[in-house]
Amino acid sequence: MSLLRRLAQELLHGPRTIDGPVADPAGLEELARRIGERAQARLGRSLSIREVDAGSCNGCELEINAANGPVYDLERFGIRFVASPRHADVILVTGPVTTNMAVALQRTYDAAPHPKWVVAMGDCAIDGGCFAGGYAVLGGVHHVLPVDLSIPGCPPTPLKLLAGLLALLETVATGS
Amino acid sequence: MLGNMTLMEFLGGGRAVPGHRPWPRVQLDERGWRELLHQMAISEWTLLGLWGEGKEIHVALRDDADGSIGVASLHCPDRRFPSLSEVRPGAIRLERAIRDLHGLIPEGLADLRPWLDHGRWPLAVPLAGLRGAVPQASPDYSFLPVEGESLHQIPVGPVHAGVIEPGHFRFTCAGETVVRLEERLGYTHKGVESLMAGRPVAEAARLAGRISGDSTVAYAIAFARAVEAATGAEAAPRADWLRALFAELERIANHLLDIGAIANDAAFGFLLARCMVLREQILSFNETYFGHRLLMDRVIPGGVAVDLTREATSVLRTLIHDLRKGFKKLVAIYDDLPSLQDRTVGTGIVHGSLAYRFGAGGFVGRASSHGGDARKVPGYPPYDDLEFAVPVRPDGDVNARVWLRIEEVQASFGLLEQIIETIPGGHLHRPVPTRGGEGMSLVESFRGEILMWVRLSEVGKVVRCHPRDPSWFQWPLLEAAIEGNIVADFPLCNKSFNCSYSGADL
Ligand code: SF4
Repeated sequence: MSLLRRLAQELLHGPRTIDGPVADPAGLEELARRIGERAQARLGRSLSIREVDAGSCNGCELEINAANGPVYDLERFGIRFVASPRHADVILVTGPVTTNMAVALQRTYDAAPHPKWVVAMGDCAIDGGCFAGGYAVLGGVHHVLPVDLSIPGCPPTPLKLLAGLLALLETVATGS
Repeated sequence: MLGNMTLMEFLGGGRAVPGHRPWPRVQLDERGWRELLHQMAISEWTLLGLWGEGKEIHVALRDDADGSIGVASLHCPDRRFPSLSEVRPGAIRLERAIRDLHGLIPEGLADLRPWLDHGRWPLAVPLAGLRGAVPQASPDYSFLPVEGESLHQIPVGPVHAGVIEPGHFRFTCAGETVVRLEERLGYTHKGVESLMAGRPVAEAARLAGRISGDSTVAYAIAFARAVEAATGAEAAPRADWLRALFAELERIANHLLDIGAIANDAAFGFLLARCMVLREQILSFNETYFGHRLLMDRVIPGGVAVDLTREATSVLRTLIHDLRKGFKKLVAIYDDLPSLQDRTVGTGIVHGSLAYRFGAGGFVGRASSHGGDARKVPGYPPYDDLEFAVPVRPDGDVNARVWLRIEEVQASFGLLEQIIETIPGGHLHRPVPTRGGEGMSLVESFRGEILMWVRLSEVGKVVRCHPRDPSWFQWPLLEAAIEGNIVADFPLCNKSFNCSYSGADL
């Protein structure tokens, strides 16, 4: 019975979820500039994201999972992570893009339908971070894919990630 | 030379290399190396690490009879060395990696396929220091042949369905049952060892903390301790305690996520949600009082970068109390759900003999009777002054690994409480002298023992650094664990291991 009791307690306790952040204003500007006419497609305020770890240290993944968890609860904003790039509007990339992952990253992007957006999450994905200059990394997502939004941090906190994705969502949904 | 020789007796026959701390390093000639293989075959010496450096090969061993540790080195002018893989199968992937990175050929290694080199680097044998060496490996990889009737293969990855690290799994199945799993890793290889070389210690420490982000504290401690050993320095006493405080917070946070994720892979999302709420309490405490949710860069050579204030102490005391209470309820739920245990009990069994042969540490080893915890042996401060149990279980299944983590979380609560009560005052940091030397450390991350080896130049730069993640000796066991299980149980098995890709791909 303890599970039922726990569930009942949870219902009475109310949500564990904290308030969401506002869309990152810096991100909004950057996006409006970059996305242009591709954002004309209306997505009905929902975004499906396929995440690709292109050689991260796994720190960024931990924070994505946190953002997905009950405290930040990404899904309430209409943003969700999907298992296949075929269902994705956004390719969210972490890591400095290792030479060993470059092909898989490209193929994942190619498999996503148009229109699609690319988000580089974390310092590594932006310019290679502390792995820049190594023989085994390309040094940032922009070496392989056109990047629409960068979310800096090592790793970006769930709130930063959320703010960035909300900015993307707003830009895409309003078609600005 | 037959018989029960201790590791120290054996190493006594080699030429001691001065300046290697805290454990001895000796130089062997080829005859000595072959003798070493012979002794390893008849002795209980655990392989701790195996790495290359120029035309040299180093092996770190621990004599399990007396806990003594040492490093043996062999110069291989013709770029060949007798393979250890026959006597220690855990060496197989390490030797494949050494061949890829250094171009040193392990003689007698049965599997000569590349491991980290996917044929996509701009240069061959990147750590060999050969200029203009052109890549040889081909992007095509031949998986082991499988023969039998009605077998089919399922290739998975490197991009997985969930938000996890990249790697490739090749399942061969008969119906739903997995007959063989073959892993192919190396996708996250970033060339960390080459990036380390030539960097000042402080910069290299930052990098060390990003070898496997979930174990950033453990890696940072391992690097700091190796540097301190190499330079003959000691961290400030208070720093040792704060390091342990960070490390136990990291251990709890990781175990919480994994316990929840295992339940989630058995379609019981409630436990994951609740575990994540607890985990989040730790991470936001970290952010508020230590300035980083995962505690990256809080441990530095010589000490730590941030203190535990009086206010933080009292908040932490309440936090531990709340976490203990919350966790207890979740454990009761796990214990009380036959439908969940139906998935975890008897699933993904790793036999003790295998854990032993591969020298697997951490909860993977300890859930299969293979004890050992670097906090106890060799031990490092402040753990010698703290009381804690290291749980060991015999069953080796997913359930055992869940319980082991549960018990480790509980032990870590106890450790945190002791640390808060007894932490000494004083400075957070002592300057690390600028001098050359070689140092090694063993530090228990939440996954198991990390080995860190460094050589520093006289001006305090890293000449060579080799980090060995615990996953090296755990990944191969996952292949064994899934055999005979159904494909649908793979996520459960995989999560119960949660090996690091980034840590082992380097
Ligand atoms: S940005 Fe930082 S946390 Fe993210 S993958 Fe890179 S090193 Fe790891």
